[in-house]
Amino acid sequence: MAKLYSKKKLAATKMLPKKETIQLILNYSKALSVVKIGNMNFKTIAN
Amino acid sequence: MAKSQVPDSVLVQMYISGNEDALATLINRYQSRIFGFIYSKVNDRDIADDYFQETFIRVINTLKSKKYYDEKGKFLSWVLRIANNLIVDDFRKNKNIKMLRDTEEFSIFSIIKDATPSVESNLISTQIGYDLRKIIEELPLDQQEVLKMRFFQEMTFKEISEATNVSMNTSLGRMRYAINNMRKIIEKNQIYLTA
Repeated sequence: MAKLYSKKKLAATKMLPKKETIQLILNYSKALSVVKIGNMNFKTIAN
Repeated sequence: MAKSQVPDSVLVQMYISGNEDALATLINRYQSRIFGFIYSKVNDRDIADDYFQETFIRVINTLKSKKYYDEKGKFLSWVLRIANNLIVDDFRKNKNIKMLRDTEEFSIFSIIKDATPSVESNLISTQIGYDLRKIIEELPLDQQEVLKMRFFQEMTFKEISEATNVSMNTSLGRMRYAINNMRKIIEKNQIYLTA
């Protein structure tokens, strides 16, 4: 039986980071708060 | 759909003002290009994931500290520059350390050997040491003395003869008798002293 070459994907699949990595970044962003006092920045991470 | 039309700079401002969804939109918009850029440099998905994470942690820290974000510059090129700097910094740090990964065809342990003796060789050498001590104890005292001084204290025959107050020839003779006697004891008792 003839092969259907047209079905073959020509472009490579998109390179994407793991979902866990994205989730970790977003959670880090939500947890982090920066308070500026004078010239100093204080970072706090809410757990 | 409407959100994808929002310019990057507006999304960045929204994020700085506390809108967490804006960051998710930015990541969603550029994750493929940023990850692809990192992967093209490191050629390993897991390492690329690590750099992706580290890059965005820097982005978040910078934006939340309101330290620096040039609105005139594009968000994507700024993030790519951060990623590039991270990779270059790590490359400089590790350029003398060759990285090898364990695969099915190649085991890292084929080039790295554990130099510490195994439990078996430890047991064997303990047993040999024990047997040897027993054999030496069978020898006459004068021969024992010369043998211990020569092999365990690494004294020269001159030093041994001075210490035992006999001539050097006597010390040499005692040594010869000691070794011959040990051979006889080993043969008689069929002791194996090899590992």
